[in-house]
Amino acid sequence: MAKKVLMKGNEAIAEAAIMAGCRHYFGYPITPQTEIAAYMAKRMPKIGGTFLQAESEVAAINMVYGVASTGKRVMTSSSSPGVALKSEGLSYMAGSDLPGLIVNVQRGGPGLGGIQPSQSDYFMATKAGGHGDFRMIVLAPSSVQEMADLTIKGFDLAEKYRMTSMILADGTMGQMMEPVELNEPEIKEYDKSWAVTGTKMQRKHNIINSLSLIPDELEKLNFERFQRYKQIEENEVMYEEFMMDDAEICIAAFGIAARISKNAIIAAREQGIKVGLIRPITLWPFPTEAFAKAADKVNSFISVELSMGQMIEDVRLATGCKKPVTLCNRAGGMIPSPEQVLEAIVNAAKGGNK
Amino acid sequence: MVVFEKPKALADVSMHYCPGCTHGIIHRLVAEVIDELGIEGKTIGVAPVGCSVMAYNYFNCDMVEAAHGRAPAVATGLKRADPENHIVFTYQGDGDLASIGMAETVHSATRNENITVIFVNNAIYGMTGGQMAPTSLPGQVTQTSPYGRDVNHCGFPIKVCEMLSELDGPEYLERVAVNNVKNVKKAKMAIKKAFENQINGKGFSLVEVVSSCPTNWGMTPQKALQWVEENMIPYYPLGVYKDRSADKAE
Repeated sequence: MAKKVLMKGNEAIAEAAIMAGCRHYFGYPITPQTEIAAYMAKRMPKIGGTFLQAESEVAAINMVYGVASTGKRVMTSSSSPGVALKSEGLSYMAGSDLPGLIVNVQRGGPGLGGIQPSQSDYFMATKAGGHGDFRMIVLAPSSVQEMADLTIKGFDLAEKYRMTSMILADGTMGQMMEPVELNEPEIKEYDKSWAVTGTKMQRKHNIINSLSLIPDELEKLNFERFQRYKQIEENEVMYEEFMMDDAEICIAAFGIAARISKNAIIAAREQGIKVGLIRPITLWPFPTEAFAKAADKVNSFISVELSMGQMIEDVRLATGCKKPVTLCNRAGGMIPSPEQVLEAIVNAAKGGNK
Repeated sequence: MVVFEKPKALADVSMHYCPGCTHGIIHRLVAEVIDELGIEGKTIGVAPVGCSVMAYNYFNCDMVEAAHGRAPAVATGLKRADPENHIVFTYQGDGDLASIGMAETVHSATRNENITVIFVNNAIYGMTGGQMAPTSLPGQVTQTSPYGRDVNHCGFPIKVCEMLSELDGPEYLERVAVNNVKNVKKAKMAIKKAFENQINGKGFSLVEVVSSCPTNWGMTPQKALQWVEENMIPYYPLGVYKDRSADKAE
């Protein structure tokens, strides 16, 4: 077992990526994720890897597209406005079935917004990563340890399903320091016969491409891709349940909001309120079944978010609106306090959210 | 005895280009150079968005289709993935390279990225039906400059080779044309040099090929080539704009 080391969340992502075999990183400076680039700039030249500061977010994701085309592990990272710029490339990667890892350390928006933590890119990550019909695997870490573990997992899932994985963190997760245990991961080998590495005059040329001008062929590609997405929905859902056994109120929260919620849950339990938490770790695929089951047990749900309420829509869909779902939120870079969440719980216990 | 045949690097498929279009000539020159240098097995080409978007079907080497203007960034990734074993070229038009992809062009040039760029300048957006390009000439009538390109309204054409030659980074910049046999031969020499530079690790080599678009210029193929001679070449003078290795040798 590896020794525990104290690391910033952003650095844990960078080191975990290297351990996962990523040797190519392209990025553009933006707060609050620049530590990832700085870490890569230091480490990559020492291990025969490539760190390159691109001229823009758009160029960075297209450099990722280039390396991904050769079948090698590659990543980029950014924060909200920068990830929006990458959406063109993310759509092309989806259309060309290319694996890659994208990190979004979210900040408040819209527009230039601010530089403080936010979860307001939930929609962008889970519903609208770019134009066209496609999905990304969206992983939401809630500790520095998970920043590392989900980075390794993200690379594996990306290759397994030939698509992009996104780490959806926030400024708090990126900046906070915690002890992390970094273990050498087992790296699975997947078929890369599709990659462009030169024909060596031994095979027909490979083409990495998202253009398909014949509608019924393009439709077929979309249906095939969504068959693959269906497998992911069946096999790759991850979530944590906390004190849900006897819960009458269920909090839905991910990332930093889940940590704050746990404190509030413990405080509420001291007052005799039976409350628990479902914390989605994969935001897509969303843990629909866990929420659907909870809807048969609990009286109500509270979605705790650092946004104006985005995940709440998926909670409502998952629960079929069987039970009331209310929002407990801060936005624009503000973080809900445990007291605010406790107040929402107490209110729900009184039946105030019906 | 075979006296003339299709280059091996060119796929045996019919191309979608309009009659009289010079893309066919330029594709052939690139393929001949790939054959002569014996590099097909390690070459990866990057197709743009524009008339040559389907170039990925026309070359027998591995191919990647890039987003509009992003070919140099994609090529950067392809090259850096395995610099020893990948020969990477982009094939881009004027809208792709000099308008939407200008940042990628300038920065890959200034990094002296070890890639080969084939830049086809025909002064128009062909695939979308003939709109004004960043290289459309002053006064040139297009779908989106129906009264002629008014430089007071939408500015002047961009002279890519001249502009990039001010950078310290790029290894080699040359402008050629394919409007007559003599120029086609010169164009091939430039393209060959641009690939040789990459093989020798010298860096960013761009060949701008002044080309024609009979369909969207509204001319016969012959008239279009004449228009290249009389209007394009005077505005875009042919020649070597940068050759760092030759400069050093002097």
